[in-house]
Amino acid sequence: MAQTFLDSTELVLNMGPQHPSTHGVLRVILKLDGEKIIGTECVVGYLHRGVEKIAENRTYAQFAPYVDRMDYVASVSNGLGYCLAVEKLLNVEAPPRAQVVRVILTELNRIASHLIWLGTHALDIGAITPLFYVMREREDILNIYEKYCGARLTTHAFRIGGLQYELYDGFEEEVKRFCDIFGPRADEYEELLTGNRMWVARLTNVGVLNAEDCKAYGVTGPLLRAAGVKWDLRKAQPYSGYQHYDFEIPTRANGDTYDRYVVRMQEMRQSVRIVRQAVDRLEPGPIMAKVPKVIKPPVGEAYVSIEAPKGELGYYVVSDGSTQPYRVRVRPPSFINLQALDKMARGALVADVVAIVGTIDIVLGEVDR
Amino acid sequence: MADQQNAEAKPKPAAVPPAAPKAPASMAATPWEGELTRRLAEQFPDQITEFSTYLGQGFLISKPAAVVSIIEFLKLEAGFDYLVDLTAVDYPDRPERFDLVYILYSFARNERIRIKTRIAGGEKIESVVGVHLTANWLEREVYDMFGIEFANHPDLKRILMPDDWQGHPLRKDYGILQMDNRWVKENLGIESGQ
Repeated sequence: MAQTFLDSTELVLNMGPQHPSTHGVLRVILKLDGEKIIGTECVVGYLHRGVEKIAENRTYAQFAPYVDRMDYVASVSNGLGYCLAVEKLLNVEAPPRAQVVRVILTELNRIASHLIWLGTHALDIGAITPLFYVMREREDILNIYEKYCGARLTTHAFRIGGLQYELYDGFEEEVKRFCDIFGPRADEYEELLTGNRMWVARLTNVGVLNAEDCKAYGVTGPLLRAAGVKWDLRKAQPYSGYQHYDFEIPTRANGDTYDRYVVRMQEMRQSVRIVRQAVDRLEPGPIMAKVPKVIKPPVGEAYVSIEAPKGELGYYVVSDGSTQPYRVRVRPPSFINLQALDKMARGALVADVVAIVGTIDIVLGEVDR
Repeated sequence: MADQQNAEAKPKPAAVPPAAPKAPASMAATPWEGELTRRLAEQFPDQITEFSTYLGQGFLISKPAAVVSIIEFLKLEAGFDYLVDLTAVDYPDRPERFDLVYILYSFARNERIRIKTRIAGGEKIESVVGVHLTANWLEREVYDMFGIEFANHPDLKRILMPDDWQGHPLRKDYGILQMDNRWVKENLGIESGQ
């Protein structure tokens, strides 16, 4: 090994786990040739809490709050997926009113999650202003959650079989007001970023992942749609009545970081469109299906997945007929999408890794569970 | 305290016998037949032991040796080009201790299928990374959590737990409060994490 620094072609650089642009405790080992990346390795698990093990030691209802702590910026989506999975095992369906409320809260959550992504992603790349803008709108959504169920982040908004709480007075007006202001506010973000020469230059052709690669790596969500695949579980296998709403699936063709930005921006506007329709559909009625006090699904298993903000979020639940699940497996979109980092980063520059980690939109709570 | 325990203990034996006949011991799955199952049965006549559906979700049970070829066949011939998930379930009382579960999806058919196989503790199974790259991390997670080894995996090591951790947390004989005290002592400098 008589190599001097100048002879050596490979340099190993450690990024994280304590690094602001890794969005939590993610460690990436970069192998470099000059400034070019020739390989990466992710080290994950720093936030592992054994969520799946906990599930086996709690009753079905007791486990519901735990799922909020996986993807904690999209806790409502996590809760929806879990409730749907257990409802499937029990063979019950939430009443229409509960389904509409679920759609409203889940779509608001998609906006909140995308806003956090937008703010942090822009901050990583050097644009500090959008972070303050997005927090303003996210605050409105969190205030609605707080008024509805008392919690802002880990909401536990849904129950198995429907909802626990009826909507508060003024809910519809507040949601409508949010829908009205969100459009112009989204225009403000786009004014700062969409045509910004630096923004475009930093994102275009960075971290390209085409449709073939997406399927090979099991990558879903906005990453898949930015690669041109018009696939969204809300349309492909509708749940909670999504088939009744009129909305579009935004797609782009190149599958680079800029396209993912555009797709997510459009998705937020589509979510507003869904929320508006849902508010108009709110009709009085029961909010809880007939679910036994002690939840004991018959022996069996089911896999139920939803379109979470980050991709396909699935729950594979096995029941042995007792009050506690025999096994709960979470199919975490962040974990599986993160695996494609290596493919996206090879050949890129060190500074691009920051953009690529940001564009995957990971939450380490969900990666490590 | 003693009264409380008695009060709790008494209704239990009475409550168990009427509950027992209600819950069937096994999954009330129904046989699954269709164009896909016919083709699979033709292609792998001795390997697939069961085609069933439960709650409208189709699954098949195969012998471990055929899993990779079935997944490859489904990918190339039937359009199941997306490996959704790969996981395991532990049944310690069974001779073949683990259920391995592969969930596949076809974009063209908009359909999911589950492939299940049973393997004994310590038995190796062929890795599916050659067919679906997604399986790389998923198999590492199954190895980490259950101790199931995958033959010909490019880089089989722990992923969520520390590399030198002893034990596989999602096995049923691994307690909820159990941890590797040696690791905790060496790395955190405390007697126990509890």
